[in-house]
Amino acid sequence: MRVHNNKAWWLVLPVFVLVAFSAIIPMMTVVNYSVQDIFDPSTRFFVGTEWYREILRDPRLHDSLLRQFAYSFSVLAIEIPLGIAVALSMPRRGIGVSVCLILLALPLLIPWNVVGTIWQIIGREDIGLYGWLLNAAGGDYNYASNPRDAWITVLIMDVWHWTSLVALLCYSGLRSIPDVYYQAARIDRASPWAVFRYIQLPKLKNVLLIAVMLRFMDSFMIYTEPFVLTGGGPGSTTTFLSQTLTQMAVGQFDLGRAAAFSLIYFLIILLVTWVFYTAMTHADAKD
Amino acid sequence: MAEIRLDQLAHSYAANPEQASDYALRRIDHVWEQGGAYALLGPSGCGKSTLLNIISGLLEPSQGRVLFDGESVNALSPQQRNIAQVFQFPVVYDTMTVRENLAFPLRNQGQPAAKVDERVREVAEALEIEHLLARKASHLTADEKQKVSMGRGLVRDDVAAILFDEPLTVIDPQLKWRLRRKLKQIHRRFDITMVYVTHDQLEASTFADKIAVMYEGEIVQFGTPRELFEYPAHTFVGYFIGSPGMNLCPVTPSAGGVRLAGCEVALAEDVRAALARHAEQRLVLGIRPEFIQLVAPGESPLTARVDLVQDLGTYKIVDLLLEGLDAELPIKVRIEEDHAVPEGRVGLLLPQRWTRFYADDRLVEVDHASA
Repeated sequence: MRVHNNKAWWLVLPVFVLVAFSAIIPMMTVVNYSVQDIFDPSTRFFVGTEWYREILRDPRLHDSLLRQFAYSFSVLAIEIPLGIAVALSMPRRGIGVSVCLILLALPLLIPWNVVGTIWQIIGREDIGLYGWLLNAAGGDYNYASNPRDAWITVLIMDVWHWTSLVALLCYSGLRSIPDVYYQAARIDRASPWAVFRYIQLPKLKNVLLIAVMLRFMDSFMIYTEPFVLTGGGPGSTTTFLSQTLTQMAVGQFDLGRAAAFSLIYFLIILLVTWVFYTAMTHADAKD
Repeated sequence: MAEIRLDQLAHSYAANPEQASDYALRRIDHVWEQGGAYALLGPSGCGKSTLLNIISGLLEPSQGRVLFDGESVNALSPQQRNIAQVFQFPVVYDTMTVRENLAFPLRNQGQPAAKVDERVREVAEALEIEHLLARKASHLTADEKQKVSMGRGLVRDDVAAILFDEPLTVIDPQLKWRLRRKLKQIHRRFDITMVYVTHDQLEASTFADKIAVMYEGEIVQFGTPRELFEYPAHTFVGYFIGSPGMNLCPVTPSAGGVRLAGCEVALAEDVRAALARHAEQRLVLGIRPEFIQLVAPGESPLTARVDLVQDLGTYKIVDLLLEGLDAELPIKVRIEEDHAVPEGRVGLLLPQRWTRFYADDRLVEVDHASA
């Protein structure tokens, strides 16, 4: 005889409570702000979608959104191939493995604002290693005044900080390929490129999916490093979405608009991540 | 297509091998002739796969040489040796279709498209996977994948040899028979040297003309299935081949023959003469369960108690305890299904024609001409 009851739902309750407090309730607060104009706790007006319409027409948002996409895609375009290349050239056994793993893990352990500070100093033309070298070599490098230099520096900083993550993920993926695949490839006289294209890359697909999503989400939300390094400048050339949002919310205390901005921001990340995921998981599903 | 000769081959996975047990392969001198179908039979861990990987060049031997048609290939890579190898577990290129998988080794060689198409079709037809050609390899079942894996081994027609490393492990028994027959047909059709590694004697004897039996890093016997059955050159071959394996009983030489568990077994003079040459060594009498005759207790000096009878449907295995003067020895006898099952005590006759003697595990050769 089958007994039907819903007692099992109690098991889900702890997770539900946790998620409610960590995500749902804070997010609903934001939704609440985004549809009202609040002057003080007792003076509030329901404004409907007005904040959203205003934000979507805001050129500041358009500019920083474009910059943000350019930044995130540059980061992916550099870090993913570079990470794969690093993972491929790492030793497979011996003492070299530990050395490489430790070296790769080091940048990941450094706090964001420290990374910003490190690069702020390294890039200086008077006492910084790179800045001084570039200028001594005849370049005219100054990340504080030249937008192009600022961009390059912010990108190099991100590559330095996060390529390790991609490399470590890829390395773990490569290690999980059984030796027999390489043996079969040798027997089949596959070229090194064919080994990469038909054995390594397909087996890396899952870790690459994680790497792309993590790096996209993280770089799309980047705040601390450029804030410390360039402060969003020169002008607003390195001001990305999160910094624009912070200025609006904390700087101008424009909570209604900032809340609408946050939700749009959130939806963009969700949408792009979904597109990536769908594209990568369905790429080879068609027979 | 080539004759493969192994010259004083030895291999150790240890950096500085010291004793014999450090070696995965102890010492192998062996020839596989061009165009033969051979099996390499032995228990797990006896060095079969090591030997195969050395032949194909995936592994470099610690000592000795591998010769193809008399020329050393030690310094050549697997690509240069032009060997095909099929592995125990299916290896397919997931992102390719079955057709592309089969064509892969040929395309890597830069064969013309028409030739590639023709060979792929031929091999797909032989392995009965034509209907899968357009499918992605990642969507296949394990045995379909293994067929594709085998197909990649068979598709090149210029290879020196095709090596199979227990290729049917993942395949279910029904299909195993058909695939083995397929392989044999393919062997006849393409006339390529094939070496088939297995730990299954049935698989070895259905596939191969000659079987090399490996034990503890050595090839202890190389012969036809019948030779392995009738004249095992090593106690291990006697025990490993046959179902159940050979009865092996320690004996000591005596005036008229040997003493088996204290009982006298009379032997012809030529056998006694042969045994006399090995008097210092550990002597073992071997006889297959099929050849022991059961008689009434009074008709033979050897008597035994029936311990257990197992009916396997087509034959019965009778476990006996030989009633020796100093010990009881377990003996297995195989009798036909329609034979009466003995009860209580029985007498045993060991026909001399089927009785072998081993000195320190090696067969004692009896020189019949001298008698």
